[in-house]
Amino acid sequence: MTLPTEVDERFRAAAASEGLLDVAYDVADSPIGPLLLAASGRGVCRISFDPDPEAALDKLARAHGVRILRSPRPVDELRHQLDDYFEGRRRDFDVAVDTSVLPAFQQLVLEELARVPYGEVATYGGLATRIGRPRAARAVGGALNKNPIPIVLPCHRVVGSTGSLVGYAGGLDRKRALLALEGAL
Amino acid sequence: MPAQAPPFERFYEATRDEIYRYLVRLLGRQSAEDAFQETFLKALRSYERLAHADNLRAWAFTIATRVALDERRRARPEHDLPEVAVSDTRPAFAELEHLAGSLPRTERAAVVLRYGYDLPYADIAAALDSTEDAARQAASSGVRRLRRKGAA
Repeated sequence: MTLPTEVDERFRAAAASEGLLDVAYDVADSPIGPLLLAASGRGVCRISFDPDPEAALDKLARAHGVRILRSPRPVDELRHQLDDYFEGRRRDFDVAVDTSVLPAFQQLVLEELARVPYGEVATYGGLATRIGRPRAARAVGGALNKNPIPIVLPCHRVVGSTGSLVGYAGGLDRKRALLALEGAL
Repeated sequence: MPAQAPPFERFYEATRDEIYRYLVRLLGRQSAEDAFQETFLKALRSYERLAHADNLRAWAFTIATRVALDERRRARPEHDLPEVAVSDTRPAFAELEHLAGSLPRTERAAVVLRYGYDLPYADIAAALDSTEDAARQAASSGVRRLRRKGAA
């Protein structure tokens, strides 16, 4: 006898609605593959191209606390907005993001990154200049490479100084697909 | 160094089926569903403050047992209890388990934890909030009572 699905789901929903979770997560389908979506009490804290939670659980626990549970409702809004984005119905995301656990420099870079508009691209050097650190292009690249919230924080819109795609944590195919979706390629 | 508690999801996945079966045995299916949710919400509330994660399985049984023993919300007719023994029990116990519903609640919990789940008496004592001796006594008097009923 295993636990009935509805009892399991009821518990997962109650855990989230009673505010007992450090992080709630779920897996969502997308045209560029399944995504792991995670939110802390402050906002979206992780989008991963690796949907296997095992890979993410320990890292999330270290950063946010051990009370982590798969619970769909806290990431429903993000899921809907991503669906709309992939359908071409949405250009900007309207969800809170939680970057509070990241180093200050990375937070600064991600804040600037969030200002790169849909359908446009910026360069690593350009971002470095905008945060007042014109010689820190390489460090900016490092901060973007470890962007925990890709797509919503659009590191796919950052390219090399010659316009080459350079790299992407989710793989260059995904970067190309996202830029093509936005009409930037 | 004591082991750190794993992410809750892992603890939950590893214990949920067993705890659910245990609560069904103690309370019957309907009350078990509510007790299940209460058990894991309680676990979640104190999970962060756990000093170590050395015996999370026994800890989960402890919480479930207390929730079950506190469960006085409605009188349950005995026939609500599961009649069919679950397959992971020892044969001798399985033959008698359908009678366990008639035991006093503490004895029932002690018997099920000991013979249904193989928990050591130290853990059963923790679950029942009693001494190891008292847990041993509850289990053995429960078993005696079951044998008498089984023979009758």
